[in-house]
Amino acid sequence: MTPVALARAPWPDPYLNVDDYDPEADLMVINLGPQHPSTHGVFRVVLYLDGEIIIKAIPHPGYLHRGVEKLCEKLTYAQITPIVDKNDYVAPMLNEQAVNMAFEKMLGVEVPLRARYMRTILAEIQRVASHLLWLGTFAMDLGGALGGGTSVFMYCFRERESILNLFEDLTGCRFHYNTHTVGGQRHDIPAGWAAKVHQTLEAISQRIPEYETMLEHPIFVRRTKGVGVIDADLALELGLTGPLLRASGVDHDLRRDAPYHIYDQLKDLAVAVESEGDCMARYKVRVKELRESIRIARMLIDNVPEGPISGGRPIKQPGQFKAKGGQVYVGIETPRGELGTYLIAGGGKMGDTPYRLKIRPPSLHALACVPYVFPGHSLSDAVAILGSLDPIMGEVDR
Amino acid sequence: MTDTLEELMLNPVIRALFWGLVMVTAVMTVTAWTTWFERKFAGRMQSRMGPTLVGPAGLLQPLADAAKLLQKEDLIPDSADRFLFNLAPILTVGFALGVAAVVPFTPDILAADLDVGVLWLLALSGLMVFPTWLGSWASNNKYSLISAMRAVAQGISYEVPMVLAIMVPVIMTGTLSLSDIVADQVKNGWLIYRMPFTGFFAFLVFFLAGLAEANRIPFDIPEAESELVAGPTTEYTGMKFGLFYMAEYIHTLLSSAICAAVFFGGWDGPFAPGLHWMLAKSVLLFVFLTWVRWSFLRFRSDQLMDICWKYAVPATLALIPITALYTVWHGGAR
Repeated sequence: MTPVALARAPWPDPYLNVDDYDPEADLMVINLGPQHPSTHGVFRVVLYLDGEIIIKAIPHPGYLHRGVEKLCEKLTYAQITPIVDKNDYVAPMLNEQAVNMAFEKMLGVEVPLRARYMRTILAEIQRVASHLLWLGTFAMDLGGALGGGTSVFMYCFRERESILNLFEDLTGCRFHYNTHTVGGQRHDIPAGWAAKVHQTLEAISQRIPEYETMLEHPIFVRRTKGVGVIDADLALELGLTGPLLRASGVDHDLRRDAPYHIYDQLKDLAVAVESEGDCMARYKVRVKELRESIRIARMLIDNVPEGPISGGRPIKQPGQFKAKGGQVYVGIETPRGELGTYLIAGGGKMGDTPYRLKIRPPSLHALACVPYVFPGHSLSDAVAILGSLDPIMGEVDR
Repeated sequence: MTDTLEELMLNPVIRALFWGLVMVTAVMTVTAWTTWFERKFAGRMQSRMGPTLVGPAGLLQPLADAAKLLQKEDLIPDSADRFLFNLAPILTVGFALGVAAVVPFTPDILAADLDVGVLWLLALSGLMVFPTWLGSWASNNKYSLISAMRAVAQGISYEVPMVLAIMVPVIMTGTLSLSDIVADQVKNGWLIYRMPFTGFFAFLVFFLAGLAEANRIPFDIPEAESELVAGPTTEYTGMKFGLFYMAEYIHTLLSSAICAAVFFGGWDGPFAPGLHWMLAKSVLLFVFLTWVRWSFLRFRSDQLMDICWKYAVPATLALIPITALYTVWHGGAR
C-alpha cells in the first residue's frame, strides 16, 4: 500500500506530517522509552501529543540488537540451539523448536514420535507460562507497580514459577533450556514428571477464574473495551499473527492450519477467536488459549509413547551434520504468533553452517501496528495497547 | 508545679505549640510505620512476606528507608527552577500536616478546636494540589508536566464533590467545628446511619474524593508510574522524594481519621476510652483504603473526570436539598 492509500484507510495515517496537523496546536514530543517502566524492554516510541492525545507515533526498535542471525552463520547446526534461546526469552522452548525443525527439514532428519509428543507438550506448557507472564505484566501496565496490578502480577508469577520448576526437572535449566537438538530431544522425561505436570496445571486451571474475577471489574473493562482496535484488514496488512490476529476476528492458527509436531492428530483443538480487535478481545483470546493449552498438555502427557527421543545420531562433534544445500521455511505458532525460520544452506564445503538464517519474529510485526493504532488514544491507552501487543524485545531486535 | 503547668497550658500560644509538636511527632511516627504496615499487608495479599530482614518482622524497615533516602545524592536538574523545586516538598508535607491540627481525636486531644474546622480542612486539602504542580513545573520534565496537568485537573474537580459531600454532615449537625460534629454524634447517633441516610452516601462520595485527593489507586492518575515514570516526583531524589511520599501517607491517614470523626462518631463507643475508639475506626478505614489500593487497577484521567462530574457531583447536589429539607422539617439541626 502506498502512503496515499493508507491515508484514505479507516485507520489513522502513520505518515502524518505534524506540521500539517494544526498550526494552532501546541504539540509535545515525548520519548516513551527506551528506558520506561512499561515498554517491556528497550523499545522507544516517539509520541506527538496534543494535550494527552497522541496524534502521531513513531516506533524505534533496535536497542537490543545482538546480531543473532549473523552469529548463527558462524555456528554449526548443532551449536545454534542455545543462541536462539535468548530471542524470545519468555518462550525459549519454541525458539529452539523453530530452528531445529528448520534444520531437520534441511538435513532430512526424522523426529521420532516420542520426541514429537514431548515437543507438543513442552510447547503448550510454555505457552501457559508465557501467557501468564503476559497477563501479569498487562495488569501491571493498567494498574501500576503500586496497586492491584502488582497483585495479579505476583499471582501470575507464582504459577509461572511452578512451570519453570517443571522445566527444571526435565532439563536442569529454568530458562534457557537447550533441550532440543537436531532430530529430537536431549533430555528424556524423568520418572514422576507426568504426575507433577498434572498437579501443576490443575492448580493453575483452578486459579484462572480467580484472576478473571480479579481483573474483570468495571475499571478493567473501561480501560480495555474499545481501546486499540486493530481491524482484520489492518492486521492482515501488517502481518500480525497469533492472538493479535485471532482477536481481530481472523480464524488462523498454525497449529490447526499447518500442523507440525503431532497437532495434526489433535482434531478437537479449539482456536480462540474474538471479533472486536480491542485490548479486551486480546485478553479474552489469551485467557482462552491458556485454558486450551492446559487441556492439551494434560491430555497428551498421559499418552506419550515409548521409544527413542532422538532420531539423529547422538551429537559427538559439532560439524557432524552436513547440509546438501537449498532453502527451507518453517513456521510455528508461538504464544505471540508465527515464528518463522527461513534457512538458506550451502552444500559441500559450506554444509556445516547455515548460509543465512532469517528469523521472523511475531513481535516485530506486532509492533508495526503502533503508528496505526496509537494515534487518537491518550498516553494511558498507549501503555495499555503496547501491553496488549505482548512484544518481547529480545525477539524483535534479535 | 502542676499549677504552673496548667497555667502555662492555658496560654493559647504555648498550648498551640505544645499540641502542634505532639501532633506532628505522632503523625510522622505513625506515618513511618504505616508504610511498614502497607508493605506487610500488600505482601500478604500477594502471597509473599513483605519486609522481614530489618528488625523483628521487618519493623525497623521505615528507619532503614529513611536512612537510605538521607544518604542519596541530592540531585537538582540543571534546567529546574531551584527555588520552587526545593519549596514544593516542604509545602506538600506542611499542608498535609496542617490538616492534623483540626482532627479531633478526643475532646481533649485536639490541636486546634477551630470554629471553622471544616473550612480549614477543605482549604488545606485544596492547597495540596499546589506543591504537586509546583514540583512538577519546576522539574522541567515532560512526564512531570503531564502529571501536573492531571493532578490539577483531578484536584480541582474532586474538590467540588468533597465540599458538597461534607456539607451534608454540616447541615445535619449545624456546625462547622469538627469537634462539635463529633459531640453531636455522641448525643444523637452516628451520621453514617442517622436519618435520612444521606450521611452514608455523603461518606461514600467523601471517601472517594479523599482517595482521589491523596492520589491513591484507583485514582493515582498523576503518579501513574506505568505511564509517567514517577509523575511529579520523577526528578526528585533522596529525602525530597521521601517528603512527597510521606505527604501522601499523611494525607491518606488523615482522610481516614476525618472520615472516622465526621461519619463514624469519632471517639464515641462503649467500654474503651474515646481515643482507642477513634484510633480503631481510623485504622479500620485505612486498612480498607489499603485493601482497595492493592486490589484495583487504575482509571484513565478522562474516566476519572466522568466519575467526578457525571456521578459524584450530581449525587451530592441531590443529597444536600434532601438533607436540608429533612433537617428543617424536623425543626433544624439538633
